[in-house]
Amino acid sequence: MEEESHIEEVEIQNKLEVAPALISVHPSQKSVAVAVGSDLRVFDLIDNCPVSLVDESDGPSRKESIRAIRYSASGKLFVSAGDDKLVKIWSADSWHCLNTVCSEKRVSAVAISSDDSHVFYADKFGVVWVVELDGINEGKTLPSKKGALLLSHYCSIITSLEFSPDGRYILSADRDFKIRVTVFPKKPLEGAHEIQSFCLGHSEFITCTAFVSTPELTQGYLMSGSGDSTVRLWDITSGSLLDTCEVSTVAGHLESNESESPTQVTVTDICAIPNSSLAAVAIQSFQGIFLLSCDLTAHTLSITKVIKIPGESFIPTSIAVSASSKLLWMVSGASNLPGSNHPGFSRVRVISCLETESSSTLEDEQIPGGAKLLEQLQGKIPIEESVMSAAAEAVRAAMSSLLMKKQYSEEKREFRKRTRNDKKTTQ
Amino acid sequence: MDNETKQTTFSKSTGLPRKRFYRARAHSNPLSDSHFPIPISPAHVDFSLHFPKFVEADNKIIKKVEFADIGCGFGGLLISLATLFPDTLMIGMELRDKVTEYVKERILALRRTSSEGQYENISVVRTNSMKYIPNYFEKGQLSKMFFLFPDPHFKEKNHRRRVISTHLLDEYAYVLRAGGIIYTITDVEELGEWMKSCLEKHPMFESLTQEELVSDPVVELLCSATEEGQKVARNGGQTFRAVFRRIAYVS
Repeated sequence: MEEESHIEEVEIQNKLEVAPALISVHPSQKSVAVAVGSDLRVFDLIDNCPVSLVDESDGPSRKESIRAIRYSASGKLFVSAGDDKLVKIWSADSWHCLNTVCSEKRVSAVAISSDDSHVFYADKFGVVWVVELDGINEGKTLPSKKGALLLSHYCSIITSLEFSPDGRYILSADRDFKIRVTVFPKKPLEGAHEIQSFCLGHSEFITCTAFVSTPELTQGYLMSGSGDSTVRLWDITSGSLLDTCEVSTVAGHLESNESESPTQVTVTDICAIPNSSLAAVAIQSFQGIFLLSCDLTAHTLSITKVIKIPGESFIPTSIAVSASSKLLWMVSGASNLPGSNHPGFSRVRVISCLETESSSTLEDEQIPGGAKLLEQLQGKIPIEESVMSAAAEAVRAAMSSLLMKKQYSEEKREFRKRTRNDKKTTQ
Repeated sequence: MDNETKQTTFSKSTGLPRKRFYRARAHSNPLSDSHFPIPISPAHVDFSLHFPKFVEADNKIIKKVEFADIGCGFGGLLISLATLFPDTLMIGMELRDKVTEYVKERILALRRTSSEGQYENISVVRTNSMKYIPNYFEKGQLSKMFFLFPDPHFKEKNHRRRVISTHLLDEYAYVLRAGGIIYTITDVEELGEWMKSCLEKHPMFESLTQEELVSDPVVELLCSATEEGQKVARNGGQTFRAVFRRIAYVS
């Protein structure tokens, strides 16, 4: 039943793919960034004004979507990369583009080392590259560099890159259900060869990863979200699976019941709440967020709270939280929607007091930055309800098409091999 | 229907399967997502099904696989190693389905016809070892890995399909224990240079010395034990070997 839609989707490949809107918050909430399609929009929360990005690198402005954005842990740097095969490293203070790295393939994930010394990017062929930043903190603009090979997942799309809280390990997750934990070497440019462990247990592509750590337990525990409707908890030094949390039941909170039995729900994004053992999780087809609590002694995960977002259709495509405040920032949006004139749109909403009883989704006026922020991050064109709901479905379909392995029936397989010489005679 | 085909595909005299009924093309695309089952993790692989004689009362396998023949082809190496190391469990990994079937039948037939209960320690699994080795083996589980006459993938754009590469060596180093040995051989000089170079450059492998090569009984099997090796010897071709040890390593 999936097969027919795959054949049609092959035709769409020539056009630009539907890409979800992304959001990222500065660690001390100095600014908020949203990426929709090829558009990067930033709002300065200190000066309460939109940010104008300064990019002196030559080249025409690209139309392809940004697929990964991230602030460094220090808040000094910001990285954006995507289908245009460029990795842009920005100063998060002056918002000048400090460096543009050219990637051979489309980029699917980025990470920055905790001391701001290296930027990592992963592509759709499973290779993770590293670029060394020297003198970037002086604010100089450097000529474009090329990345060095760090490691590779053979022919798999890497969906997430993450550092362990103590900086000892770098994690890479892919669409072949694997998470590879590699020892972070002293000389990253020479490659990361020593694999610490593999975290194996998911039965579908992995979409997102996050570390939960407290001041007492600094090595942190890893949580991963997947297309198999679970969030799993891991001990990365041994690769052991500590607990599995089934999230498809949360989707049962939907009002409209499609008569299908519990279907697989893909986990869209996961975000650890700093200085706690909690994480916020967004899943496809659910208008809301739920909180997962990680019991770090018993090594278990449990759903502690489900927060529904009131109002018009809003299914988060990306979520973020800053270390300083306890606000959960969410964006819902997409670019390159089929049959739409919009190049892309995004809607931003915020949930406050996540952990407490009185958590609530803020009204637009209550959001830090208020109307000005929303205008900058959402754009001026109002979005229709129908567009919002169509977008959620388009994003779901696009992710499935990209990451889910195609299963062919016996007849279809034989048909595809019909021109091969050795297939013509059967004994 | 099955019984009839079995009678013709197996030789009546030796009881072994006839190769011509299991012919397949030499290449299989390692990049495609094939439809064979993939174990979620090493804990999910039931090796007791492969080695029924190495099972305890609770149906649990008593030891772990230690040798892996990557791209085992028609099984020649495994069969030679089986009697050399009768207490060691070994597995062949092969991408082509017909060839895997052949090896399976061959091993079963050898077990049946063996008077001394031999060949119980070898088996074969159909999988893409370039993607799924960590799904089958735990960290440091293997003591020997074999890569005999791998597909050379001559064109430069296809070099990334080669089974020995800097990146894949990270994974092979992961499943091999410190002191474990990786054996490679080919009759294609350029590929031989490539494999040797990848191994030399990789920080977790060091070359075996000449004395070590001479004293290792497995080394001479590399040329003689397999179909491919015998073909090369018949044609008087040269072979290029690279045998390296996985060393203990700190990043």
